[in-house]
Amino acid sequence: MKLKANIATSENGFIFNPATGDSFISNPIAAEILTLMKTGEDEQGIKQKILGQYEVEGHQLDRDWDDYMLQLKEANLLDL
Amino acid sequence: MNVSPHTLQAKALTVAVTGLNANDNPGPGLAVIRALRDGFGTEIRIIGLAYETLEPAIYLKDMINKTYRIPYPTAGIEALSERIRQIQEAEQIDVLIPNFDAELFNFIKLEQDLLKQGIHTFLPSHKQLAQRDKVSLKAFGDAHQFDVPEDEAIFSETDLHDLGDRFGYPLMIKGKFYEAYTVQNLSDAHKAFHKLHAKWGLPVIVQKFIKGTEINIAALGDGKGHTLSVIPMRKLYITEKGKAWAGITIENDKLLDLAQNFAKATQWKGGFELEVIMDDGGRFYIIEVNPRFPAWIYLTAAAGQNQPKALVELALGKAVEEFKSYQTGKMFVRYAMDNIVDVGDFQKLSAFGEL
Repeated sequence: MKLKANIATSENGFIFNPATGDSFISNPIAAEILTLMKTGEDEQGIKQKILGQYEVEGHQLDRDWDDYMLQLKEANLLDL
Repeated sequence: MNVSPHTLQAKALTVAVTGLNANDNPGPGLAVIRALRDGFGTEIRIIGLAYETLEPAIYLKDMINKTYRIPYPTAGIEALSERIRQIQEAEQIDVLIPNFDAELFNFIKLEQDLLKQGIHTFLPSHKQLAQRDKVSLKAFGDAHQFDVPEDEAIFSETDLHDLGDRFGYPLMIKGKFYEAYTVQNLSDAHKAFHKLHAKWGLPVIVQKFIKGTEINIAALGDGKGHTLSVIPMRKLYITEKGKAWAGITIENDKLLDLAQNFAKATQWKGGFELEVIMDDGGRFYIIEVNPRFPAWIYLTAAAGQNQPKALVELALGKAVEEFKSYQTGKMFVRYAMDNIVDVGDFQKLSAFGEL
């Protein structure tokens, strides 16, 4: 899953889609994931980092990841 | 030898502007003036042309140097021509920018007459004006492969019933020149019809409602099939009257293409605005084409493409390069402010027709 190239994000979690004018606010972990996605890190690499950094079970992370990707897709932020 | 300093002073560029009604259904005049002041700095003199004494921009003395009342379009060409002649004797206007749909026909008719007096304009032709009017828009769209919602121009409210069945609700009921109502049922459709008929005459346009994101595009056509500037804006806050009270510039090549294709199809000369709905499938419907700058035109200057300034330069015969880029994510957030005015000023304008 890749973020669209023109999506603007900020460290404090603000997301702006310049193609539509839509804007969103993400919580800290969502913002962190977006930053990693923008560096080109893939799904497995990001999940590894999160599992190493936070107390979360793998299956829980998988569920939360799928949920987040669905939100990003519905928000028209993913490059499909 | 004594030389009067006044004879050595170069005359400031003098631009006359209409549309000074900066109220809850604002005309573009004040935004055009702001863009001109941004673009030309202190080297410009603005003459306001007003229809009513309470058009708010009249009393903004840091924006407008002098205001003259002009006759309503319904008073006819001769009345307007005579009044402009009187004003020109006093002001030596270089460029005139009309900003109301309803007055454009008359100003276009007077174009050559104005030029003989030294007043330059940069206006579409009557044919171009007619091509995109609300009554003709669907046919124009079909002819040039633009998506335009189905509509029908009606002269009687009895047609509303069938159109409600055909297009479904909600339904758009639109005035000939201005205003539109989104109605949810036949009863509201009747009310809207009567309001618009009373205010703007017939026909009233009934248009299928398209659900989606409202986006407007401000553009400047060079009269040769090209756009020199295109700025799309997504509405962020919409008033009850359907006006954008906040908006943001966006970056979308399809919207730029839409404006460029419109200019190519019409050979449009001057400012124009495309009112567009992007439906859930990403398809763009043109719901209206306004034949002049929109009320949010100052945003184009803020985003890096000062369209009013460019139009003045085109009117004066100067070459204007096509703008290549603009800032996306530039917002406007409109506000209402009470301007304190002395009744003496109001009285002067009422009594003498100038301030």
